[in-house]
Amino acid sequence: MPKPWFVPAIHALANPARFLKIARPLTPVLFWLGVALAVFGCWAGLTQTPPDYLQGDAVRIIYVHVPTAWLGMAGWSGIAISSIAYLVWRHPLARVAAQAIALPGAVFAGLCLVTGSIWGRPTWGTWWQWDGRLTSMLLLFFVYLAYMALVRADDDRGGDGRIPAIFGIAGSVLLPIIRYSVVWWNTLHQGQSIGLTSSTIAMSIMWPLFFTLAGFTLFFAAIVLIRMRALIAGAKAEARLRRKATV
Amino acid sequence: MKLDPWPFVTAAYAIVAIAAVAMSLLSWRAMRRAERALEESRRA
Repeated sequence: MPKPWFVPAIHALANPARFLKIARPLTPVLFWLGVALAVFGCWAGLTQTPPDYLQGDAVRIIYVHVPTAWLGMAGWSGIAISSIAYLVWRHPLARVAAQAIALPGAVFAGLCLVTGSIWGRPTWGTWWQWDGRLTSMLLLFFVYLAYMALVRADDDRGGDGRIPAIFGIAGSVLLPIIRYSVVWWNTLHQGQSIGLTSSTIAMSIMWPLFFTLAGFTLFFAAIVLIRMRALIAGAKAEARLRRKATV
Repeated sequence: MKLDPWPFVTAAYAIVAIAAVAMSLLSWRAMRRAERALEESRRA
């Protein structure tokens, strides 16, 4: 059976030297392009769109809330995919990628909760409600924290990274729960308003969201690359010092 | 009572900006520190 097109690409990138050769010039490009798009999107969302007929100007929080929610969930998808790659192919770079995603993923999941709570006060009249969407997102945030603690404990005990990888895959069960929580349960959080092919939000309000979504996604990718480079350099330095100590 | 939304909007954007800047600085510093340690291990 022929291999899918992306498998040779993954194997090629799994070489740390080759990865670093690509990551070094790519990091500033992703970072600054991401910052530029996000700043433009935020400026446009704050100044160039009309207020919502129901929510008024509070709707402008959407331009930071939706990207943080997307990246909180996409981050865990990245951890799950990297964990599968690590368990199947044993590529050390997949393990590094999963570890590097954890902090920005947790930060964006936390920001999603905070910005959602701030949005909730003027529109729902409450900072917090134990409804399906909010509670499942809070659980994802705690799962991120647990994953980071598990990675650290596994490293301290000289583990091979299998247990955090299994946890990374198991944690992905939360993603469909978050996604469909507004469908399965009668929640205070609004139903899905943005889909892949359609949206219930007027284009006059929605267009800056494309810029903040793209911008924050590139920014997230840059942070992951920076953290991967730090982890690879740290591991190399440690291995070299250990080798020298044994000589 | 209808609340003025602008303090909430400002707070949301400010928190996201502060978190993004802090995460960038911390990650960058960690990378520089690790790459310096790698250089020193090469020289040692």
